[in-house]
Amino acid sequence: MKLKLITAAVAAVMAAGPALADLTFPSLSYRTGPYAANGIPFADGYADYFTLLNERDGGIGGVKTELLECETGYNTEKGVECYESTKGAGSLVYQPLSTGITYQLIPKATADGVPVHSMGYGRTSAKNGAVFHNIFNYPANYWDAASIAIKHLLDENGGDLKGKKIALVYHNSAYGKEPIRTLEELSKKHGYELRLLAVDHPGQEQKSQWLQIRRERPDYVIMWGWGVMNQVAIQEAVNIRFPMENFIGIWWSGSENDVLPAGEGADGYKSLTFHNVGKDFPLFGDIQKYVVDAGKAAGAGDQIGTVLYNRGLYAAMLAAEAAKTAQAIHGVKDITPAMMRDGMEALEMTEAKMAGLGLPGFGPEFSVSCENHGGNGFGAVVQWDAKAHKWGLITDFFQSDQDVLGPLVAEDSSAFAAENGITAGCN
Amino acid sequence: MPDQLLFGMEVFLNGLMAGVLYALVALGFVLIYKASGVFNYAQGVMALFAALTLVGIMEGQVPFAHLINATLGTEIHHFGWHLPGIVAILLTMGVMVLLAWAVNHFVMRHLVNQEPIILFMATIGLAYFMEGFGDLMWGSDIKKLDVGLPQGMSTVIDEVTYGWFGYGFFIDNLDIVATVIAALLVVALTIFSQYSKQGRALRAVADDHQAALSVGISLKFIWVLVWSIAGFVALVAGIMWGTKSGVQFSLSLIALKALPVLMLGGFTSIPGAIVGGLIIGVGEKLFEFIVGPMVGGATENWFAYVLALLFLVFRPQGLFGEKIIERV
Repeated sequence: MKLKLITAAVAAVMAAGPALADLTFPSLSYRTGPYAANGIPFADGYADYFTLLNERDGGIGGVKTELLECETGYNTEKGVECYESTKGAGSLVYQPLSTGITYQLIPKATADGVPVHSMGYGRTSAKNGAVFHNIFNYPANYWDAASIAIKHLLDENGGDLKGKKIALVYHNSAYGKEPIRTLEELSKKHGYELRLLAVDHPGQEQKSQWLQIRRERPDYVIMWGWGVMNQVAIQEAVNIRFPMENFIGIWWSGSENDVLPAGEGADGYKSLTFHNVGKDFPLFGDIQKYVVDAGKAAGAGDQIGTVLYNRGLYAAMLAAEAAKTAQAIHGVKDITPAMMRDGMEALEMTEAKMAGLGLPGFGPEFSVSCENHGGNGFGAVVQWDAKAHKWGLITDFFQSDQDVLGPLVAEDSSAFAAENGITAGCN
Repeated sequence: MPDQLLFGMEVFLNGLMAGVLYALVALGFVLIYKASGVFNYAQGVMALFAALTLVGIMEGQVPFAHLINATLGTEIHHFGWHLPGIVAILLTMGVMVLLAWAVNHFVMRHLVNQEPIILFMATIGLAYFMEGFGDLMWGSDIKKLDVGLPQGMSTVIDEVTYGWFGYGFFIDNLDIVATVIAALLVVALTIFSQYSKQGRALRAVADDHQAALSVGISLKFIWVLVWSIAGFVALVAGIMWGTKSGVQFSLSLIALKALPVLMLGGFTSIPGAIVGGLIIGVGEKLFEFIVGPMVGGATENWFAYVLALLFLVFRPQGLFGEKIIERV
């Protein structure tokens, strides 16, 4: 009887778990809680891309993919629980989707030999792969973003920002404070005056900060916000009649969710991005045919082409391309997390490759190496058209100021290595 | 007049306006606490639920559409109407009355004469249930709320103050509307509570459930009534805050802004909620204006609680709260 029970239990576990031959991609999503409006489109885009690969191509290199979705509610503890509960399933790469969860997973994933991809968030100095062996943050990080914003303003001002006043309105958290050092360094180089305005979590009340902006009249406002802070900041900017074309948000302050509540007033607001917007790409035809029409779209299927859907889709595409690279390097189809790490470290995204995938011009070209886990630091600027309800790319992808950022990354990653007894190096 | 003084006056006025918005949330807590001795943890979520329902009804959104479509394989999302704001508000009020009945029928009536901590725990459960239920019913996307309230800088105040001081003050039209509505609400609630039969019954229930029952007051009716009024106040707060930031799940966090107001104004006083809100609003804004730049800013959240705690040291029951002496 006992043997029967054990056999039944083993059979049940095998039936419930993913097939061993599948390539397992965990999705630490947040479809509930205060940030669900942002978590849902990302999770949908991430899921739909893998569904497309399974339905159209039979998976990656002929091996089906398996998506393990785990709800974090954007909560760090739950995120770590999700990691612990899914890592045993052969999970190839984690996208923690939260800077807090990323910080918790850095030592854990490194010890477990599982790669983490914190795309456009997390610890910026993880760009130094010689220290952060398992952590990747390509194609761009927060310090790149700060530099890209300033470069854009330089372009708008004939290359001269001397005497200009720039205010940073930021979420009063580790995330919000990320760009300060970079912006301070860049202010020394370009001669602008930087004003720092912290907003307490969650950011529903920002009257003090925007009255200050109204009094001091900075030429530009850069925002590092998240969730409700974004919508309130944009509305307050509209209220004080701040010129929206002089207001630039980080890529986490630049989705449809952030601008729609302010209506027509948000017209002209800008945001940074590291991927393209809209669904005018051949791949979206395939998404429609193989995923939506087949009734296999994730969620309600109503997020396709939104900024955060595209970001999820882009993350999945980069994961799939890294898996293909890993398969090519190791000559096997059923790759392990360690092989996936190798694939990520050898990833090269060219325009030809993206065009071949049906995503021409969707993201910047970049390459990854052991020394550089962060890509080449390219980003672009998008602008909101309130009448058309559309974001539009208004610049090409351009590179951040590597002369300024390189030493900052080296300094921060060296400090991390010293604190944690890590010997930096590439084998 | 020196610039700093002018700026300080502008900050003071905006602090008053912000305080009114905090007070709107605090009022809901006070009403339920007064009537039932329950600290309603779900008040913030009620504001969210009310605002979600209002937008849903206005825009003709089909409730539980995702669930229906996933279960039945249909593709229905909208009824195809767009209702005027006032009609949607009335219908939402109907939903809030229904909610009040449901809360009483399924939760509160089973907890008569239980310890206050048990009732408080029940409202925590209610808050999480309602958040999930609202999500399931209306979806979690951020919705624009426009019931026709004016928003943006008041040009009149800007021009008048510019004429007086050479500097135009910024006052948000929405804040002015909120102030008028809050004043009307307080007057109406005070009259109801002091002079109507139901209001007096409500206060009797607040004093002693059992004694009120023994003189023939229907506890069921009173609790449904008070939760309905709190639902109405939540709807007003939801409209104001939802118009500012869009209707989204972070709305439930506005309760955090009401706590220092309650600590300061007292849990049992309607005027206390208003005065407390004004003191907290002005205090935190002026502190941010004067001290904020010296300490890196973002002082408002913690300073509101510090201010409330200072008041508590000298007046534990809050400015207007009832002093309760329990003899052993």
